[in-house]
Amino acid sequence: MTGPRRRRSVLFAWIAAGAGSALLLPWYAETAASAVVNVGRGDVTLAPIVLGLLALAAAAWRIDERRRLGAALVWLAGGAFLYLVALGIVAHALPRSAALGSGAVPVAMALVACVGLGLALRGHFHGDGFVAASVLGVAVTVGLFTAFPLVKLLTSAFQDAEGAFGVTATIERLMSARIWGLHCLTSARRCGVAWNTLGLALTSAACCTLLGLAFALIVTRTGFRAKRLLRTLTVLPVITPPFVIGLGLILLFGRAGLVNQLLEWALGIPPTRWIYGFPGVLVAQVFAFTPVAFLVLIGVVEGVSPTLEEAAQTVRAGRWRTFADVSLPLMRPGLVNAFLVSFVESIADFGNPIVLGGDLGVLSTEIYFSIVGAQLDQGRAATLALLLLGFALVAFSVQRRALGRRLYTGLGGKGDGGIPAVLPSRVRWTCYGVALPWALFTVVIYAMALAGGFVRTWGRDYTPTLAHYAKAFAIESSPHGVIWAGAAWNSFFETVKLAAIAAPLTAGIGILTAYLLTRQRFAGQTLFEFATMLSFAVPGTVIGVAYILAFNVAPIEVTGTGIILVLCFIFRNLPVGVRAGMATMAQIDRNLDEASATLGARGATTFTRVILPLLKPAIAGALVYSFVRAMTTVSAVIFLVSPDHEMATTYIIGRVINGDYGVAIAYSSTLIVLMLAAIGVIQLVVGTRRLGRRLPAAVPPVAESPA
Amino acid sequence: MKAARIEFRRVSKRYGDVRAVDDVSFVIEPGTLVTLLGPSGCGKTTTLRLIAGLEFATAGDILVGDVEVSALPPAERNVSMVFQSYALFPHMTVLENVAYGVRVSGRSRAESTERARAMLATVGLGGLGDRLPSELSGGQQQRVALARALVLEPAVLLFDEPLSNLDAGLRRHMREEIRDLQQRLGVTVVYVTHDQGEAMAVSDRIIVMHRGVIAQDGTPRELYEGPASAFVAGFMGEANRVQGTLETRDDKTGLVRLGALHVRLAHRDQSIGPVIVAVRPEAILVGPPGGDGLAATVVKAAYLGGVVEYTLTSELGELFAIGHDVAAPFAPGEAVSVTLADHGVVIIPTRG
Repeated sequence: MTGPRRRRSVLFAWIAAGAGSALLLPWYAETAASAVVNVGRGDVTLAPIVLGLLALAAAAWRIDERRRLGAALVWLAGGAFLYLVALGIVAHALPRSAALGSGAVPVAMALVACVGLGLALRGHFHGDGFVAASVLGVAVTVGLFTAFPLVKLLTSAFQDAEGAFGVTATIERLMSARIWGLHCLTSARRCGVAWNTLGLALTSAACCTLLGLAFALIVTRTGFRAKRLLRTLTVLPVITPPFVIGLGLILLFGRAGLVNQLLEWALGIPPTRWIYGFPGVLVAQVFAFTPVAFLVLIGVVEGVSPTLEEAAQTVRAGRWRTFADVSLPLMRPGLVNAFLVSFVESIADFGNPIVLGGDLGVLSTEIYFSIVGAQLDQGRAATLALLLLGFALVAFSVQRRALGRRLYTGLGGKGDGGIPAVLPSRVRWTCYGVALPWALFTVVIYAMALAGGFVRTWGRDYTPTLAHYAKAFAIESSPHGVIWAGAAWNSFFETVKLAAIAAPLTAGIGILTAYLLTRQRFAGQTLFEFATMLSFAVPGTVIGVAYILAFNVAPIEVTGTGIILVLCFIFRNLPVGVRAGMATMAQIDRNLDEASATLGARGATTFTRVILPLLKPAIAGALVYSFVRAMTTVSAVIFLVSPDHEMATTYIIGRVINGDYGVAIAYSSTLIVLMLAAIGVIQLVVGTRRLGRRLPAAVPPVAESPA
Repeated sequence: MKAARIEFRRVSKRYGDVRAVDDVSFVIEPGTLVTLLGPSGCGKTTTLRLIAGLEFATAGDILVGDVEVSALPPAERNVSMVFQSYALFPHMTVLENVAYGVRVSGRSRAESTERARAMLATVGLGGLGDRLPSELSGGQQQRVALARALVLEPAVLLFDEPLSNLDAGLRRHMREEIRDLQQRLGVTVVYVTHDQGEAMAVSDRIIVMHRGVIAQDGTPRELYEGPASAFVAGFMGEANRVQGTLETRDDKTGLVRLGALHVRLAHRDQSIGPVIVAVRPEAILVGPPGGDGLAATVVKAAYLGGVVEYTLTSELGELFAIGHDVAAPFAPGEAVSVTLADHGVVIIPTRG
């Protein structure tokens, strides 16, 4: 049998990788000295780790009996790993600790892998070392890059300016009038940001839900011709950088916008700034999130069994009664869901309030200005982030409770031959009346945003020009070769590079996690699932603040590098990869993995040879989503960018804030085209499954996470 | 192929409070075909999956050959399995499916392809290697699954209800083929089914399971003719359970009174007094009224072509009988007389 020998070789490979990097790679970021060299120079704190690796090698070499070897691995590697964690906690707490370098990562990975292999040898995880090591590995990384920053955020919120712990400062910050003030009810002054955020989110969610319902009803229950077009419109927000709509609105309704100019020219009404503030942000958000509400609702509306409506009609309910008493109540869980999803999107939104908010402060922008503004108050940022996180978590828990399992009751396994009931005419005309102008409006906004890149100065000089594109993307040739002269190239290449690094990692970890969650049973699985899904509920600004707080000091000091951006992309988009993977995995017969196992394949082989080929649609989806998300996200990265690592979105925001709309628009349009191309390439590279029969298509990932 | 012995020593598998397999012990001799038989939820499939390593026992030891395997993953157990759904990899051709096991155990592509080709020829699918599984009929898919399991020359081959997705005619054919192949290759086979006819046709031995424990373990004949409990009697073919009285007993047999009838049966260690007797439907001989038989009345008569099924009432209660005289069957309402055949009547031992 080759099995045991192969397992031993995997074990040796891990130990060798750990020992090799302890010997050769720099343990600390500042110096080139490895862990072993440091110990040699008298740094005894690293001795247990070096000794632990040696002991692991000895154990792997000397012990034959699998249970004893397993126990030795678990205790030695587990001990060394916990020691490493303890060192990290101490380093994090002490000022001026040295940040870890590249050598620490393989050592930590090797220790985790050894614990996993040891547990598998003792019969845990069905004796599968790959599964055991993967579960531990994913758990450790998710803990480090999702849970730890949030915990750090929590503790920071309870620290005052001097770093001392206490609740007084927190309560003071939480209760401040800037957050909870209600002046707007009685005077012209603004209300607190919490009320602004909630008011905006509730209004926006209500509008999105109603519009989404109108669209969903038109698509499923009427003979409307251009249904496909309506569905296509829903893809737009996924590939649109978050402020394109804001820009379009400014070009239309801003002081120099078309509408204002027309009014001034025709009626002599002076231009106003009404678009900057609550109305503008609201309109922009409704544009941005209606498609999301639509995607949530279409599934539910389609799921309402036509048979039930037919049944209602056979007992002589008219069309209106059928709609009001049967169809609508059946859609209620979907309506609740759509409302809450839009609500969370709205409170997490950063791009629209920053572009259109004017002096309307919402939590996300307030957090941003606490960190980057003149105030620079991390404690305040943490407190506000905590408040925002609280809102989001409440919304998500309400959603979970409201939905339960009811959402799917309409989707039985049986075929349903009924025909959906025709809408009562007043409902139908209302839907048309609301939805179609809105769809037209969307097209106009996008057309505006696109056109804005091709005129000299919007509002003053409509001479067609390519100057903005030239300014952003000029290429000059010189005797020394090509010069990327455009102002945008730096951030463009950086964005593409980081997104291209993050996408395969996100998809890989996401699909692996989905495999572990659906196909394996292990203790603590529920907690594991919760942890991987957690970042789904966390608004981007909160993640941004949490990452800054957690990773700008030792032991993991990556603020200002590209690494923190990649990490942020991975762990923000992970839930979508996991969900896409789980949805597809649910359609793959579990016996296939088991057949592979009984044929001698270990977990890793089964995963790569059987699961991955069958998961191609989900992989493509996860790749596309994480790539596109990495290119369009702004809320989290705006905290994490640095001059060396500027992202496309933050560069665009900068241009917008400077009023340089032409370049911003040219850049946004280029991004949209690039993303469409990337989607095409990914589909081509990953390819399709070869099955010879039709499997149900994978659920495409949609923009359901907070922006 | 070296057939291996399988042994369960006090094996249990619990899911929470549910005992799927409860303190089960048995030995399967090398080179035999043993069936795990029972109704759904009896623990037979769990037992099979415990052998394969797809489930891990909560307690007890499992031996395959001389190796204690209960902590080993499936890949290290030298056990192959044919699944109820066949579980053919839909993205691989038939040949790739069969070659998969050889390939992942580290052999060269050439060797694995060659062995897969040979095995496909053995199961009679020589020309179909380039097809996808979805392009084959159910019976062909079954053969691919079989070839894929056999190509590794496992010490133990496991079947989980392999025939349940085939139609009746093909089922009979395939079960003969499986039995044939097992005899030819001399491999140890554990076979799970809920169909007692299938079990009796293929098995050297049958282990009947009920609620996670072994109800009875023996050859098909032992189980049919000497069921250890009413459950086994009812599960191994149909049986009428009737109340009787053991009146006298000698060394091995005893005289049992069943209403007006007296029969001499193996007493099976039951003491004088009331006993429960299982009477197979074909052992109830239905004749015209009179004579020293048991008086009964026909309630229902169903003509099935080869036989007639009767439901009768008598002082023994309701009886289910099979008549072979299809030319002149009795009609509902007719009075008949019932006698018992020599075979197919047995005392069911009760504990205590």
